[in-house]
Amino acid sequence: MADPCIYLTRPLPEPAARLLREARIELRSWHRHDAPVPRDVLLREVVDAEGVVCVITEKMDAEVIDRMNRGRVVAHVGVGYDNIDVAAATRKGIFVTNTPGVLTETTADMGWALLMAVARRVVEGDKFTRSGHWKTWEFMAFTGQDVHGATLGIVGMGRIGYAIAQRATGFGMAVVYTNRNRLAEERERAVNACHMPLDELLARSDFVVISAALTPETRHLIGQRELALMKRTAVLVNIARGPIVDQRALYRALVDNTIWAAGLDVYDQEPVPADEPLLKLDNVVLPPHLGSASMTTRLKMATTAAENCLAGARGEIPPNAVNPEAQERR
Amino acid sequence: MATPRIYVTRLLPGPGQELLRRAQVEVRSWDREDVPVPRDVLLREVVDADGIVCCLTEKMDAEVFDRMTRCRVVSQIAVGFDNIDVAAATRKGILVTNTPGVLTETTADMGWALLMAAARRVVEGDKFTRSGQWKTWEIMGFTGQDVHGATLGIVGMGRIGQTVARRAMGFDMPVLYSDVRRAPESQERALGARHVPLDDLLREADFVVITAALTPETRHLIAERELGLMKPTAILVNIARGPIVDQRALYRALVDKKIWGAGIDVFEVEPVAADEPLLKLDNVVVPPHLASASVATRLKMVTLAVDSCLAALRGDVPSNTVNREALDRS
Repeated sequence: MADPCIYLTRPLPEPAARLLREARIELRSWHRHDAPVPRDVLLREVVDAEGVVCVITEKMDAEVIDRMNRGRVVAHVGVGYDNIDVAAATRKGIFVTNTPGVLTETTADMGWALLMAVARRVVEGDKFTRSGHWKTWEFMAFTGQDVHGATLGIVGMGRIGYAIAQRATGFGMAVVYTNRNRLAEERERAVNACHMPLDELLARSDFVVISAALTPETRHLIGQRELALMKRTAVLVNIARGPIVDQRALYRALVDNTIWAAGLDVYDQEPVPADEPLLKLDNVVLPPHLGSASMTTRLKMATTAAENCLAGARGEIPPNAVNPEAQERR
Repeated sequence: MATPRIYVTRLLPGPGQELLRRAQVEVRSWDREDVPVPRDVLLREVVDADGIVCCLTEKMDAEVFDRMTRCRVVSQIAVGFDNIDVAAATRKGILVTNTPGVLTETTADMGWALLMAAARRVVEGDKFTRSGQWKTWEIMGFTGQDVHGATLGIVGMGRIGQTVARRAMGFDMPVLYSDVRRAPESQERALGARHVPLDDLLREADFVVITAALTPETRHLIAERELGLMKPTAILVNIARGPIVDQRALYRALVDKKIWGAGIDVFEVEPVAADEPLLKLDNVVVPPHLASASVATRLKMVTLAVDSCLAALRGDVPSNTVNREALDRS
């Protein structure tokens, strides 16, 4: 039997690359680190690949999946996989894998980095110092919101939400959360978190952090009505997926001072178009989707995806299959 | 007895003015919020004041103290008071008060905000998103350092240092500290902090946070040799006083990648000169001395300073007096 073929939609860093080079496979790859593979190349390359390693920029829809004549696995470098049509993959008996676990802590760190940068106006302050306009000390200049002692509201208490709650321990904060399922009592107690309906959470929290998955139910979960329930001094942080927040409504709420500020790592459309009005506001902090962007974690994610792809391409059930039921269609 | 006269070196925010209006005192004040009082005005105004409320932009040196004919108290609106010649005040029997306690938590928050912003490249990322140059997702794009699980080193384990240490609890971080005095064992245990010599701390820590007071012993405590001991992946955060770090040596260390990044809230000269080379670097975060800059805390500081000044004029010795020995001279 011929060696299975794996196609990478983006070159992988070491040591993930080595793992694949040294495996008994035929390896093909898109060659650019800094540009996604064009659609027509993708459609051509997947045709005879057993496994595909892809990243968030590839729309792995039914058209792509249907081309995979020999496909066994689509290994996504990331935890969210809303770019992949999992139902289409399952129908063809193709496993879809993600990289859960490895990025939980790093993403929770990012939630906190954003929360604190927004609360204490770090980006504005840095820009001011660099501008050369700093002439004196002022009592109320660049004054922000206290983090310690404030109420933290977590929307979506999965792995990442829970890790965010844990980080509040040393800050003397009250933690409230909303989630479809309430946590077991001892898990709640361990992070001092109190379950409540979304509306109540929004009304009570000084910091609202979104860490829910994007589903039809969570799309525009935070719209104009929800933003209006928040305190005028409150900060909204989104490290989950852009469409969970109605971005137009958020822009209005920030301009009208319905809420105090926001930190967004994710957007309706990514990359963000240059004419997005949010980019003009001072009371937002806007990294380019860096939730999992620590060196250590991104390398782990690449390695995990490579391992999943190798297992799947060899005909095994990959460790992080999100659709194990694909097995029944083979 | 004549009504006591208070001179305020800066236009106070509303609540501070209100407090003075209600007291049985005559108040004069510099009338600008955004510009410090000129030296000649200060020298004239202090002459017949019984109490002075000042901030760290005023150099309260021997010359200023020698002009005072009736002064009993100088109330500084800050916790640090290296702008005040305390020995000169003591010689004249003048009490000096500061605002400890009220800004501890807010300052520790800022230490963390800087630590996390530097670790996760929040300022750089925000700038990139706004530039319109974000074209795709990259596996290693803007990757930073993990905070969770890293080793935190605290230089100066006073009130603020302890409060910075406490915030590490939820991040699963080992904590090292260096201080001339070792903390009581119970406190070390509560914070999970281990006392080590400075050189060991610099070698082992992933994040070094400076929270020491500026004294002759701590001036340039962190210079070329010390920076050379740090890990190439380490981040230096200074929320104490600029001169504790040799700023030229820090610049070189950042350019030569001896250390990975820095978050600097304080500078050798403040305001920072527009041609300061640090301001050109991407691997630093440089807010304009905002450690205590939350709305709530700045108002508390103003209120405490005014209260201390009024109390001293009534003949009380405020608990936040930094030179009780002045009483022996009055």
